[in-house]
Amino acid sequence: MSGPSRSRDEQLELYDQGFTQAVPHNRALGLRFVDFADGEATIVLPFADHLVGNPERGVLHGGAVTSLLDATCGAAVFMKLQSPEPIATLDLRIDYLKRGEPRRDLRCKAHCYKVTRHVAFVRGVAYHDDESDPIAAASGSFIIQGRGRPIVGKAGP
Amino acid sequence: MSELVRRIQQAKATGDFRALLDMIPYARWLGIDTEVIDGELVGKLKFSDPLIGNPVLPALHGGTIGALIESTAIFRLFYEAETVVIPKTINLTVAYLRSGRPMDTYAQAHMTKHGRRVASVWVEVWQEDRERPIATGTVNLLIEPLTARTPEGSASGDP
Repeated sequence: MSGPSRSRDEQLELYDQGFTQAVPHNRALGLRFVDFADGEATIVLPFADHLVGNPERGVLHGGAVTSLLDATCGAAVFMKLQSPEPIATLDLRIDYLKRGEPRRDLRCKAHCYKVTRHVAFVRGVAYHDDESDPIAAASGSFIIQGRGRPIVGKAGP
Repeated sequence: MSELVRRIQQAKATGDFRALLDMIPYARWLGIDTEVIDGELVGKLKFSDPLIGNPVLPALHGGTIGALIESTAIFRLFYEAETVVIPKTINLTVAYLRSGRPMDTYAQAHMTKHGRRVASVWVEVWQEDRERPIATGTVNLLIEPLTARTPEGSASGDP
């Protein structure tokens, strides 16, 4: 998305602009793009009172977690693509693995592990501190738009 | 009895979820509502600009459609269960069929299987034309009877 001459901090700033500030719902949730690597993105959802699902427990609503996972999985696809192209979520599966802790931020790391001509495949986890002990896990596929018509007879998605 | 459980009971008895929704900060913030259309409980996501995920098209954020699907599945279970239950989402799978346009969105849930421990709910999401759904979803909910524990269950997590 940017030339190699930019520093990592400048690149992070650009990604934060593009993936969270420029997307109204991500901005409304307060998402922050905090880390990246080849095919990987990490986004933080800061705890906020208006994002609570159960007022008696004070944990983030599943809907906010779904948005975080969707946004991070999409960002991971961009981290894998050679050039920015429009993408759209084709499907997304979320598993809730354990109860979130009250009033805590959620961090999400997603990895785009395969891109074909038209489809990108991603996995992601949302956690408080430990990536290996996630609150929720996602698996999704994204259609890469604007790559012309599918080639008839070509194998694979 | 907690206030939340009281409101679940009330929604169950009357089919009016407003008092319950009022108690869920995220649902209020996002604009989740319910309506009864042709005698059927329908989940509704009122459009507002902060729901946009793609400002170029513009299109709704996929996460907001997921939130509507999960919420509508839970409302359906509240509505159908014999007693007040505290459901917990085990997982949800969303198929995005068309981009969500900047307008109100509706969802209807169908209970595919309502077992003792697990309910499997299928949800259809549409905007202007019900025959052209913008998404479908499957939600598996873990059912815990209220007597099994104190009413501290969350709508999500800890299955």
